[in-house]
Amino acid sequence: MAVEIQIRENVVVACLSGEIDHHSAVGLRETIDQSVIQAKPEELILDFSLVTFMDSSGIGLVMGRFRLMQETGGRLVLQNLPAPIKKVMRLAGLDKLARLD
Amino acid sequence: MKAINTMRLCFDSRSSNESFARTAVAAFLCGMDPTVEELGEVKTAVSEAVTNCIVHGYRDMIGKVYITANIYEDNRIVIKIKDKGCGIEDVKKAMEPLFTTAAAEERAGLGFAVMESMMDKVKVSSQLQKGTTVVLEKRIVSKGE
Repeated sequence: MAVEIQIRENVVVACLSGEIDHHSAVGLRETIDQSVIQAKPEELILDFSLVTFMDSSGIGLVMGRFRLMQETGGRLVLQNLPAPIKKVMRLAGLDKLARLD
Repeated sequence: MKAINTMRLCFDSRSSNESFARTAVAAFLCGMDPTVEELGEVKTAVSEAVTNCIVHGYRDMIGKVYITANIYEDNRIVIKIKDKGCGIEDVKKAMEPLFTTAAAEERAGLGFAVMESMMDKVKVSSQLQKGTTVVLEKRIVSKGE
């Protein structure tokens, strides 16, 4: 599991790749939060195009980042969700918290 | 009905083994010729159950997680995931969506809900201080059918 962070003007893009589970979520969370706290973006984009597996640990990760962005008045966008991952996100009602692109 | 193929796994409750467990069960399942979607659903459900053993069953300690999987003639796979950890006080409550005892660790409380959406049947039995067993069942509809 890896995450690549791109910081553009007012936007942090976190490109996730590999498998998101309880084991890998901790490291992802730390890396993403560090850049959000530093850059204070208006928008955090989580890109899932290279994610090959995700369980409910990914839901926890998204909910936590939603809360973080809410605290700073920013938005959360979920981008390029593979179909099975979209299914899990919908099950958790995350399409109501964040924009699914 | 007698199982036509069986396997058994036992491993330490370390989070690095979550990936091993779901991948091993998926590899065993491959003989049933599942679709990519079915394979993904079983992997996700196994990942949830194993994570529960690690995060909740053996909280603050390392114990053993046991998995047995049986394949039956009618294309059903039954996967039993067991720990000898702390047990669940109220199984019904634990299975409610969004209920979690580990909110600080960003657990969403959706493990059982995800298992139920991915599998045909989910059964949970638990005894305090003895442990918890989750039984997951799914009929694999072969591609040709």
